Amino acid sequence: MRFLRRFLERLANFASRRRADQRLREEMEDHLALQTEENLRDGMPLAEARRQAVLKFGAVQTIREGYHGEQSLPFAESLLQDLRYAFRQLANSPGFASIAILTVALGIGATTAIYSVVDATLLHPLPYPHPEQLVRIQDDLPGAGARDVGLSVPEWWDLQHSGIFQYVSMQGAGSANLTGASQPARIIFKPVSPNYFAVLGAKPQLGRLFDPQDRTPGFTLEVVISDGLWKRAFGADPKILGRSLRLDNDTYRVIGIMPAGFRDQGRTTEERNTELWAAVGFAGDPLPPPQRDARLRLESTARLTPGLTIEAAQSRLDALVASLQKQYPADYPLQSAWTVRLVPLSESVVGNVRQPLVLLLGAVALVLLIGCVNVANLQLARASARGREMAVRQALGAARSRLVRQLLTESLLLSLLGGIAGIALLFCLKGTLLRMVPESLPRLNDISISWSVLLFALGVSVLAGTIFGMAPAFQAGLADPSQMLRQEGRGSKGSTAQTRTRSALVVSEFALSLVLMIAAGLLLRSFWNLYNERLGFDPRNVMTVQTWLPIPNDPKTDIYGTAAQESTLLREILRRARSLPGVEEVAVGDLEALPLGHGHNDLNPFPLLREGHETPGKEPPIVDAAVVSPEYFHLLGMTLQRGRLFTDSDVDTTPSVAVINEAMARTYWPNEDPMGKHFKLRPTTPAWTTVVGIVANARSESLEDANSPEMYLNAYQRHPKDLAIFLRGRLDPAAIPLEVREQVQSVDRELPVFGARMLPDVVTGALAQRRFSMGAVLLFALTALLLAGLGIYGTISYVVGERTREIGVRIALGAQRKSILGMVLRKGLKLAVVGALMGLVAALIVSHLMTGLLYGVSPSDPLTFLGLTIVLTTVALAACYIPARRAMRVDPIIALRYE
Amino acid sequence: MGEKSDVRQGTLALMVLKTLDVLGPLHGYGIARRIEQISGDLLAVNQGTLYPLLLKLEHEGSIDSERGPSENNRKARYYRLTAAGRRQLQAETRGWEQTAAIMARFFEVKAEDLS
Repeated sequence: MRFLRRFLERLANFASRRRADQRLREEMEDHLALQTEENLRDGMPLAEARRQAVLKFGAVQTIREGYHGEQSLPFAESLLQDLRYAFRQLANSPGFASIAILTVALGIGATTAIYSVVDATLLHPLPYPHPEQLVRIQDDLPGAGARDVGLSVPEWWDLQHSGIFQYVSMQGAGSANLTGASQPARIIFKPVSPNYFAVLGAKPQLGRLFDPQDRTPGFTLEVVISDGLWKRAFGADPKILGRSLRLDNDTYRVIGIMPAGFRDQGRTTEERNTELWAAVGFAGDPLPPPQRDARLRLESTARLTPGLTIEAAQSRLDALVASLQKQYPADYPLQSAWTVRLVPLSESVVGNVRQPLVLLLGAVALVLLIGCVNVANLQLARASARGREMAVRQALGAARSRLVRQLLTESLLLSLLGGIAGIALLFCLKGTLLRMVPESLPRLNDISISWSVLLFALGVSVLAGTIFGMAPAFQAGLADPSQMLRQEGRGSKGSTAQTRTRSALVVSEFALSLVLMIAAGLLLRSFWNLYNERLGFDPRNVMTVQTWLPIPNDPKTDIYGTAAQESTLLREILRRARSLPGVEEVAVGDLEALPLGHGHNDLNPFPLLREGHETPGKEPPIVDAAVVSPEYFHLLGMTLQRGRLFTDSDVDTTPSVAVINEAMARTYWPNEDPMGKHFKLRPTTPAWTTVVGIVANARSESLEDANSPEMYLNAYQRHPKDLAIFLRGRLDPAAIPLEVREQVQSVDRELPVFGARMLPDVVTGALAQRRFSMGAVLLFALTALLLAGLGIYGTISYVVGERTREIGVRIALGAQRKSILGMVLRKGLKLAVVGALMGLVAALIVSHLMTGLLYGVSPSDPLTFLGLTIVLTTVALAACYIPARRAMRVDPIIALRYE
Repeated sequence: MGEKSDVRQGTLALMVLKTLDVLGPLHGYGIARRIEQISGDLLAVNQGTLYPLLLKLEHEGSIDSERGPSENNRKARYYRLTAAGRRQLQAETRGWEQTAAIMARFFEVKAEDLS
């Protein structure tokens, strides 16, 4: 505290410095005058009286300075002085200043832009209190080759009573038809355990949330809705609490409204857009009675007991799992090796965007570094021009440390100005930049230029200033003034040390930009490969529109409860859709049948029970199954390899049939003919399904993966609820959705029709994230190339300028102008080659680190490496050519007379 | 000059405070004269060092100053003790007396007294 007070005092003194000094001087004058008067009275002559007074008083100047040194902040004072001087220096060379500031502004603006994305997604992925306590609970059966199989209800109860967690919630994902409003709507909702919001630590803006202690086995019939739904469907009615709404024909009561800023956890768009939460105990109607081996395929999120680290919790959990396995040996066969993992929720939310974002941050940091190197180079060039000034100042007694500080201050000023310009640029371009960010990025809406981002920009500016200020400052510290003065007097070439530093800078610049260019090149090739990949289906002129059938909790109220009931509806919808203008073909399918609409095993995963493959105690593999109408395959242009497709004679009364793709045939019926083989997807159903056909693989699940096993079931035998209508033809994308809605609702007024998309857009969208990172890295690489080119141009020009006299002499002595050209070009080429070699090594390391982002191209692809090295060298030679020509044209007479 | 002793840190401040306490408001020259007078030639102090000290004391609130007419009709700055300064003086006087007393007892002690 004492220190602080002292500092504040000094700070205040620093501010009132002039006044105090003024007074000190006055007082001293007064004193001397009085003393002189007295000496005069004692009979001294005037001059002597004055002298004696001064002698007795002591050195006025020293006292004043001593006072300042003690009472003020000498550091701040000299800093101010340096700053003022630096400003003047920059103002004196506006060309240098604007180039340097612009370079830094680009670097810092770009770095800060990427950082703001990283800050929102990687650093603050969870907008909840104490996010470090939140974990996702995942359980695997590695022995059965099954991951993330989900907890059963008794297991969930065990975890809740284990003392490891404050709360453990279970949540599903679903959607339901909300009716009663002007237009039936399909909304995304989550059936959650009543303690769900307690886990997240969320608060409502109106009403209350579920009681975490609620023990209702089934649905509590209470729902919480989002701010968006409240405003959209209920006109922000404040009296909504207690009112009822109908979801899939069941009646629920609204008890609370979440605040506008609340965002549900989750990585997919669907989870982000959850609009309604319904509490359910997962232990009663409409769910099966709890059983230890009945895994629910729900997600489980938990909040750790305070003070418990994830590692500690994990080890206690392992002990619990072991004791449960001992207690219920029948439910946990040893060979399936049941394990439960805790994953930090932040990690599971961020998931697959970490690598691209880290890559971008790395790329942009490289650009910034190259920018710094360039400014350092410029500074060095200026430093050599200012060598004389420095030498004179040093000769006049300026301490070296003081000169170094002066130069560093100048660099810092430059970088701070650049940083400010960069932030200003960022503010102007914010909207445009955000539009470039792919929608699939988690927490996209939370990206903002916050204080932490600004602080980051400031930190980066200071760091950058220090980095590029280091070289010139270091050199100034080394220079010997007497030699410098003599040299400058003769105006001959600068120190070799300086040239060497500049060469080193250029070499590193080249190395860095080659790394960036190779990274960009590999990403570009991956993108291109992916773009040109045969999809296995034809998205052209296809539009999909969704409509969902209600699933009431009471099966008796379900008017589409049987396949026969639903078939009538499907056939009627198809008949009407086919009559719409421009439509040539129509089909229906479920959500799983929508190409690129979902991930692996995340919609309707089923255990695949193959006849003749049963092994007791071994978990069956989990597969995805799409439900489609017979027209689906032809509409999407999928080719039949063997057997047959569905026909109109496959109905609910005939034996259940399936079509599989080649990948599934190879994976699950290896070394045998899958045709005619039997399987079922639920242990409880008595009837087997028969494989009747094999289609070619299609990249319908992900563009990257051509080999994901896929199975197709018949829509007239399976009655799917999550329907997608497929239309092909010369469609009007604006009119079709409305026309389809009209037709569907003229069959059933209560069905929502939504989510219309053109399939080609979906394919493009699936590439969005890749396109974003590729585009950004490419942009950075081009910037780097430009900067490196400028750097080598500057250096070579400088070298030529310094050696003008030498070149003049050579020419005068008969050197060929061609050989002069060659000499300069060789110098540039040497720098470029050394830089390229270093860059190649670094690029190899970097490219192997980003293997996960590449597709169809090896991380050490020789074509990319070689080609870009040549490009870079060409740019270097081109940049050298201009100064080289100048060297070639040196007129010996002028060059020598110039001396 | 070799016989003169240096002023210990803080001693000069105490002298200034005491002077103002005894003589009431005084200008800088007056304070300097007074200190010189009392300490005789025993103290080697540049009169100039007095002024930064006065400024510092005023800053710390121990003394106060205003400009007023001096004896020979010149304007001069007059310093006077504030209440805080008086308290500080009392505290430091006690401290000095204690230190002096303790040191005095140490010097009086002879070897036989300790055995």
